Amino acid sequence: MSSHKLVLTGVLAIALLAAPALAFDFGRPATPQEIKLWDIDVGPDGKGLPDGSGTAMQGKQIFADNCAACHGDNGQGGIKDRLAGGQGTLASNMPVKTVGSFWPYATTLFDYVRRAMPYPTPGSLSTDETYAVTAYILSLNGIVAADGKVDKDSLPKIKMPNRDGFIPEPEFDPTKLFRKSERRR
Amino acid sequence: MTSRTQIELLPRSANVSRRGFVGGLSAGVLSAVATEAAGAETLAEIPDRGPGADLSAHSERSRFAKIDRIPESTPGKRNIDPGDAINSKTPHQKLVGNITPTDLHYERSHSGVPDIDPAQHRLLIHGMVSKPLVLSVDDLKRMPSISRIVFIECTGNGWENWKKADPDITVQNTHGLVSTNEWTGVPLKFLIDLVAKDRASSWMLAEGGDGAGVDRSIPLTDEIVNEAFVAYGQNGEPLRPAHGFPMRLVMPGFEGNLNIKWLRRLKFGNAPWMTRWETARYTQLLADGKARQFQLRMETNSVITQPSGMMQIQPGYNRISGLAWSGHGKIAKVDISTDGAKTWKQAQLSQPVLSKAQVRFQMDWEWDGKPTKIVSRSADDQGNVQPDRQSFIAAMGTNALFHYNAQQTWSIDEAGRVRNVLA
Repeated sequence: MSSHKLVLTGVLAIALLAAPALAFDFGRPATPQEIKLWDIDVGPDGKGLPDGSGTAMQGKQIFADNCAACHGDNGQGGIKDRLAGGQGTLASNMPVKTVGSFWPYATTLFDYVRRAMPYPTPGSLSTDETYAVTAYILSLNGIVAADGKVDKDSLPKIKMPNRDGFIPEPEFDPTKLFRKSERRR
Repeated sequence: MTSRTQIELLPRSANVSRRGFVGGLSAGVLSAVATEAAGAETLAEIPDRGPGADLSAHSERSRFAKIDRIPESTPGKRNIDPGDAINSKTPHQKLVGNITPTDLHYERSHSGVPDIDPAQHRLLIHGMVSKPLVLSVDDLKRMPSISRIVFIECTGNGWENWKKADPDITVQNTHGLVSTNEWTGVPLKFLIDLVAKDRASSWMLAEGGDGAGVDRSIPLTDEIVNEAFVAYGQNGEPLRPAHGFPMRLVMPGFEGNLNIKWLRRLKFGNAPWMTRWETARYTQLLADGKARQFQLRMETNSVITQPSGMMQIQPGYNRISGLAWSGHGKIAKVDISTDGAKTWKQAQLSQPVLSKAQVRFQMDWEWDGKPTKIVSRSADDQGNVQPDRQSFIAAMGTNALFHYNAQQTWSIDEAGRVRNVLA
């Protein structure tokens, strides 16, 4: 190897050590199409909710077919988490935490049903079916009318009964956490 | 007995030699746990030596050492079918040292343990980044790595004792949801640079590839950016499936649930997503009906593991041993009371004492045969002290379900029977 080449190799080695790795040294770029396949999260502002809709009436049958075996006929009395009732019990010695009594955001319900339910076959409900089941569970709690409908516009606007029932730990309070550093920038 | 006399003869001030001596005793205690059947009384009764078993591809535990996790469910739901279990607890009463054996590290999952082929696993990193990436397991393994010994603790650890103390349970039942392993992987900071994260992104969503797609919002504080990593190694080997194979997030000092297993997506944003786990599940209901949210850090904690629940001790010399840990930093001190929290003595800490890792503590004790209570209390290098049960409950109520770190008391009756009590 010529001394010229040796010097070049040395320079390259130093550059590799000193600089942060170039973006696509590892892995490959993610395409927008494939990101869409996995980008299933929904925020409390409704960001991430898909087009589509469902009614509580439609949801009643979907719930009976897919959910009632574990959660009970009306979201109560099943072998797994109770979904309805319990409002007014949170300060008692036997608090009952359900969607209606405890969950602060309706958007979380859509997100959770879509990502994790039904337990044996998560992701098997269509978007409209997921909206319908969401509407039905909310109707069991008196939050959506028995003939009500939900979609990406209405869901974030629902104020859940326990929306103001949470106190953020001061160290990680989202409303205060990054204020200081943002000002510094 | 000679060894007993020797201990009494050791001067209280001779810290260095005492520490060395006590360390040497641990092998004896271990064998006492392993061999429950009557042993050999004289050397003449010891079985003859002879050729042993063939060498093997990997080592199994001795058939005399019976050590297992226990699958359990919510508080009070024990001795259940594994199909109904939601966690599986570490047998701290049978372990020594600071590191948990890999196969006995506690386990918690929300949709079982997925059987993932690493060749078909990908990590997607996207959101508020310039260069969204798809990474394979091999990509991660080619990157600069770190190894770190840390505890991981389920926020449900200790939850058996919120409302009452079942006397007939072990430390495995009460405190089996915390373990310490060495984890190896790629610093989060390296991945953040790789995808060129937008500076305005302050929160990150981490999501698992399990059936539940468990996901949590993680605030990108300096501490978390500097300490979190994506691990593929556990005690020197690939992660076990129960612990996230082929890759998981490790968040030193933070809620077990944040250490997302079977990690398949990191998304950068600027506000928490309010996932089911950070709203409906891992929030702590206080006495007034309000719930504490984003209580992400695990607290200063300790528990005596020997002697502990369901053991029986004899009057005379006993060695007290246990584990202490804190999500705030390093354990600075552990005190032990053998008179029901009236007076305290400082225990010895086994080296090394590492930040956000469990450390073994021990102390010699002469039991006079009278009923009493033993309890440990830890303090960390950030000034946090493990609270006593009464002040802890005064602050948290009894409905919080998660983040129980009150001092653990074991009562000892006149027969030497050790039992779980509230205080």
